[in-house]
Amino acid sequence: MEVKLRNPNTIMKLSRLGSFHQSKLSFLRSFLDEFKDWEYKKDLFDLDKKGHGIAIYSFKKKDRVYSLVCFANKINDEERSDRVIATKWDAAFTLHDGVPGKQDIERLRNEVPRQEVGRLSYKELTLSRANKSVRVFNHVVESLSEGNQPDLQLLEKVGYLYRTTAVYGSGKFGLADRFRIKNREEINGPFRLEMMLVYLVRQFTFDQVNHVARFRNPKVAVNLDPKICKKLGIGNSTGLGMAPFIVNHPTLLNNWIICRETALKKIREIKKVNPDEVELFKKSVKNSIKNITSWNTKNEYQQKKITSLLENVKKFLKFIEKKFSFGTDYPFNEIYLWLENETCEECIEYIVSIMMEPFDDIVKPLISQMSSEEDQYFNIPTNRTVEDLRNIIEKRYPDILRINFKKKENKKNFWFISKNKEEPRYADRFEENGSELEQPLAIARDVKKLHEQLLIYKNSLTIDKFLTENSDLRHVVRRAFIIEKFPYSEIQDNTIGEKVVPIDMLRLKLSFFGALKFDPRSDKWLRICMFQGAPLPQELKNYDPQWVYNS
Amino acid sequence: MKSLSEIETTSKRASRAVGFSWGIAEEVGKSIRLIELFGFAGIKNLNKYYQSRSSEKFENLNLISKNNNSNQFPYCPIMLGVSFLDQVRTLEKFNNITFNKISYPLLILPFLSRSSEIIGKKIHLKFDQDEFLLNFNVSISSNSLNLDSLISTSNVEISFLENKDNFTDLDWKSLYKLSEETFVEETDSSKKDAAGAGLTDND
Repeated sequence: MEVKLRNPNTIMKLSRLGSFHQSKLSFLRSFLDEFKDWEYKKDLFDLDKKGHGIAIYSFKKKDRVYSLVCFANKINDEERSDRVIATKWDAAFTLHDGVPGKQDIERLRNEVPRQEVGRLSYKELTLSRANKSVRVFNHVVESLSEGNQPDLQLLEKVGYLYRTTAVYGSGKFGLADRFRIKNREEINGPFRLEMMLVYLVRQFTFDQVNHVARFRNPKVAVNLDPKICKKLGIGNSTGLGMAPFIVNHPTLLNNWIICRETALKKIREIKKVNPDEVELFKKSVKNSIKNITSWNTKNEYQQKKITSLLENVKKFLKFIEKKFSFGTDYPFNEIYLWLENETCEECIEYIVSIMMEPFDDIVKPLISQMSSEEDQYFNIPTNRTVEDLRNIIEKRYPDILRINFKKKENKKNFWFISKNKEEPRYADRFEENGSELEQPLAIARDVKKLHEQLLIYKNSLTIDKFLTENSDLRHVVRRAFIIEKFPYSEIQDNTIGEKVVPIDMLRLKLSFFGALKFDPRSDKWLRICMFQGAPLPQELKNYDPQWVYNS
Repeated sequence: MKSLSEIETTSKRASRAVGFSWGIAEEVGKSIRLIELFGFAGIKNLNKYYQSRSSEKFENLNLISKNNNSNQFPYCPIMLGVSFLDQVRTLEKFNNITFNKISYPLLILPFLSRSSEIIGKKIHLKFDQDEFLLNFNVSISSNSLNLDSLISTSNVEISFLENKDNFTDLDWKSLYKLSEETFVEETDSSKKDAAGAGLTDND
């Protein structure tokens, strides 16, 4: 039986993309799988009694070494801010390509803590900074220094000791361009080095908290129990900076989604599944319930989604336990069809993610296909005709062509880059200044305009001639030819409408990162947790691949 | 040192700021990244050209023909470059194309380089004493290494080079003969085991 890939016009809607969850394809999980055989080391740990100083951690295999260089600094409470406009942080990090020499360390000591206003070199791969969750960090230090383990309830509620506020890579602030490292075998999945940075930062936070507690009370202090460490991840505050990324990298977006869709299709096409696979799937769904019940947010929008998700997952569990036989042919296809009829979008995508757990043979080969050589698809095929282009648009953007952009509510917002921090922002076109400097992220509106313009021209006219009179539409002409080859490359929604929830775009990207427990703090930014429950570095050689559900 | 990613982003934004559409600005970002990678002074020329746009006038060439003569002002290298890239499949038939006046001619290099890849032919560019050979967007050869910024040039000629060997038949035969010294004489028994042996080819 052949199952068709799901329709991009359904899957690429913002409400669906904003319901995506982590899976085996997620970058932090594929990072752990790739680096599990690498040698992990703490190379340097030179902190004072307050926990300020430098530390270096590394992963090594044969001649290749990646070193995380950490600088922990003193900052005053009033200086601590998760906003991107902050200029000081509790700690700053860079992932250095190789073993940093003395000169490198001195250079990095001056530049890394300054973050966006510092300059990195081609020897550095990623850059980040993080702030303590002061409440949790202080509580843990206090408990450990008195010889006790901390309050688990508090730790579980927050989920981390530190949260990052940005992780940069790919040439930002002088970091190495991707072309320098893209042919390395271990980097055959997106954001792998960003994941490495966050993972090693997590270990630094444990080592730092133990260190500070020990200095406070050397005779009595104990280390944080490794079982508790495992329950902690790294928090992250994410704002709108992520949203334009998925619009600006259409072939990459396509490759992420198509790998997920291909995995689902292949799983639905399995005629018979064996008992071990059934057991692993059921166990993962059951164990995942605690990820939902421990998902804390004060955001009403997300609370409703979580409540609905919990109800629907319980309903699903009841269905597979009481009414469904995995002995039936194509069981996962039957399950998928049931989900579509009986549950919400959040639950459908949640179970789709868990369906991948038993099927490494399907999922693993897809991971290496999630990157993209974007430049290969940049040139516009200008020998094609107006008719070709119009047909592509009508086939690939059917719902977008129905939007009436003359209505105020459909063009209410605009995307721009802020002058003070060069970060993407979103504002009301009719209330705020600056819409004349709008970024080219209103793809739906511009595609519609392109389609209207194409209707005026002769079918046989070639695109090179069309462009001589329509230069303002060039960016969407390019995109239309990309979507012809890459059906999941475009969000099939209006990204400037009144009802847009920008955090749906963030959630899409963060789910592919492998984030858990999305906690929206407004419709424009959210907090998440990464690597919560993940194995510690010394456990990597033999860890439970389903740690996300079982920890 | 600035990364290529920074070079691309800043060139793109600056291009939009001086009035080009976002689509053209994207082309400029990619192109400046490319010639900086090849070692030419892309940022320097782009900056000077954009600074000059407020005080000087330039002509946009949207449809390129065999001989292109601007009426009064030199051609804008960006619009000329983008038009060339878009129209290269039709321009190819002219074999060579001339332009009487181009501002900041170095800025057309990346567009020609990308065009060379699209049509699968090398492109030769000549102005004044300077010559460039654009090799399928893999490399750019030039006799001019001191072209930091050339404000304007006259009599520009672009030629499409046919795909042909740049060595003689004699050179090839001589080298091939040398390569034969790596071959081993076949025995009768190995001939019997070779692919297709023992069958009739008329079956």
